[in-house]
Amino acid sequence: MLEIKNLHVKLEEEDKQILKGVDLTVETGKVHAIMGPNGSGKSTLSYVLSGKDGYDVTDGEAVLDGEDVLEMEPEERAAAGLFLAFQYPVEIPGVGNMTFLRTAVNAQRKARGEEEMSAADFLKFVREKAKSLKIDADMLKRPVNVGFSGGEKKRNEILQMAMLEPKMCILDETDSGLDVDAMKLVAEGVNALRSEGRSFLVITHYQRLLDHIKPDVVHIMADGRIVKTGGPELALEVETNGYADILAEVA
Amino acid sequence: MALPQAKQTITQERLAGLSLPQGGKWASAARTDALARVQAAGLPSARDEYWKFTNPISLTSAEPDLAAVFDPQETPIFGDLDRLKIVFVDGVFDAEASDDLSLDGVEITRLSEAAQADIHWAKDLYGALESNGQVPVQRPLAALNTAFATDGVLIRATGKVSKPISLIYLHNSESSDAILHHCVKVEKGADVTVIESGPAAARFNKVMEVDIADGAAFHHVRAQGRDHERRAVTHTFARLGEESTFKSFTLTANGVMTRNECVIELTGDNAIAHVAGAAVGDGDFHHDDTVFITHDALNCESRQVFKKVLRNGATGVFQGKILVKEGAQKTDGYQISQSLLLDGDSQFLAKPELEIYADDVACSHGSTSGAIDEEALFYLQSRGVSKDDAQDLLVLAFLAEALEEIEDETIADDLLGRLQNWLARRRG
Ligand SMILES: Nc1ncnc2c1ncn2[C@@H]1O[C@H](COP(=O)(O)OP(=O)(O)OP(=O)(O)O)[C@@H](O)[C@H]1O
Ligand SMILES: [Mg+2]
Repeated sequence: MLEIKNLHVKLEEEDKQILKGVDLTVETGKVHAIMGPNGSGKSTLSYVLSGKDGYDVTDGEAVLDGEDVLEMEPEERAAAGLFLAFQYPVEIPGVGNMTFLRTAVNAQRKARGEEEMSAADFLKFVREKAKSLKIDADMLKRPVNVGFSGGEKKRNEILQMAMLEPKMCILDETDSGLDVDAMKLVAEGVNALRSEGRSFLVITHYQRLLDHIKPDVVHIMADGRIVKTGGPELALEVETNGYADILAEVA
Repeated sequence: MALPQAKQTITQERLAGLSLPQGGKWASAARTDALARVQAAGLPSARDEYWKFTNPISLTSAEPDLAAVFDPQETPIFGDLDRLKIVFVDGVFDAEASDDLSLDGVEITRLSEAAQADIHWAKDLYGALESNGQVPVQRPLAALNTAFATDGVLIRATGKVSKPISLIYLHNSESSDAILHHCVKVEKGADVTVIESGPAAARFNKVMEVDIADGAAFHHVRAQGRDHERRAVTHTFARLGEESTFKSFTLTANGVMTRNECVIELTGDNAIAHVAGAAVGDGDFHHDDTVFITHDALNCESRQVFKKVLRNGATGVFQGKILVKEGAQKTDGYQISQSLLLDGDSQFLAKPELEIYADDVACSHGSTSGAIDEEALFYLQSRGVSKDDAQDLLVLAFLAEALEEIEDETIADDLLGRLQNWLARRRG
């Protein structure tokens, strides 16, 4: 369970408050969606939760299964089961995708006191997961995300998620840049991971992803706060009417 | 023109402590000529344009600065490689520690022995490429080497040499001042690999002249040794015939003063020359790669790939030139020099140059200095990789393009392992 309480975040470099008291609880096994206008702070929330530099938490807390994640290093958060599928996955020239995946899987195992995966087991594992996401051998060999199309990058994020088997998955606009078929593929990848012990926080602008990944709860974020929470019907309302009504209602 | 007074003084002071080795008919002549070159040019000083990034004072001083003998406490480099070992201790050949010098497809002779012979193939090579390489830029420390080298090997490959020839330099005296000169002649169609390793001496001046005949191939890998206090100046002079190949890679870790010059002349059509280096340094590390490649034939390819990782105030230097002579059409020249600065105190000084007198050529060069990519670092960390591991991964990724120039997998793995250890030792 992820519990975010009264989270206030400003930029480290300038005096700009971005999150202004986020309250949000994602129960174990549930899928929550966050929608909200551009610039409302959705990506910032996902970065702060995963430990990116450049932000100051001025108030509030974020607790994952009893542990205060904001105190941890990013790699510790990952080992604790937090995963962020980036809105803009990063290219890493010179590091092969396969090496990257193996390093990540084994680093997390080590951090949890588990044994490293053997080369043969790893290969089998990665091939199986890659196949279901239609990621070919060539993409596994190439440097991480270098020269990948927008859609390939997003599928690569889901591959990492499938390999790392996190408890709390945050997906930041994983649907953006995907064609219809790729969107289905990604949604299937996510749905395959849905389980009692795993929660999702899906950030999106569009109902169509939520057609495939059915959320239990939908939140609307505006100006650094969760301003409305409801069921799946809330996403449909945004789809037809935009944010104007909702924002007027809470103002 | 008379030399400036300061230059005269350093040259005289340095020469005062040296004497031309005795004996040797052809060698004596070559040495006398070389001494004249040193006297005419004078030894380099910090005022010379070619030394503006690297102060040569510790390389030209009458006495070497002391350098503590260093025990790397690790398995010997290239230990897993089947090779012919030739050992020099503080610049002196050690017969006991070396293998028998006979090997199929190659003749190996000590310089001191060959010099006594009336006629020897090396008489046309010893000092010849060095002398040639004095134009258009003077390299007086190489001429000094030709004049005063006391030891070295002469290698003549006549066929495909079955295993690498491994020159191992050991450093046992904190005041040793070694001058070694090797000549390598790769005859038509022959193929030889020479590897060099070790710290050599407190101060080390080494020249290797490599003459590669038509259709021949020369491979060179060098690991310069981890002892930090040693000072080294090395020159590799190579002349390439038609359809010949020259490939050289150098790994340097540590060292307060290293200047590696590489002077290559492509004289036969369709020849290929690659020279690459990876250097990692910390603190008062100073490392200088100076490369001069002359294209003087049709359709030749040259490639320079130099990468340096610098931290805690370390300095990296790269001076690289591609000169394409008139008529050297279809030249394909590539040069890249890059540094990864792990902190704000370190610096990289680069002077990439192209000089082209032919109209149908493709030459490119680039030089960059950058820091660790913070976005990539965070991305790796967010996947569970520790910050240290993530940083090492990015450092090795940065070096990859240079390391890829090593063709032999056993050697490449060995060097990669050493780099990983070097990085691991530098963790908090
Ligand atoms: N490092 C930064 N420097 C300056 N401004 C920033 C920085 N990070 C975030 N912001 C600002 O904070 C606000 C929230 O940005 P954020 O990326 O979290 O929005 P978002 O809800 O994810 O938007 P989108 O839907 O467009 O992805 C924006 O106004 C953005 O410009
Ligand atoms: Mg965003």
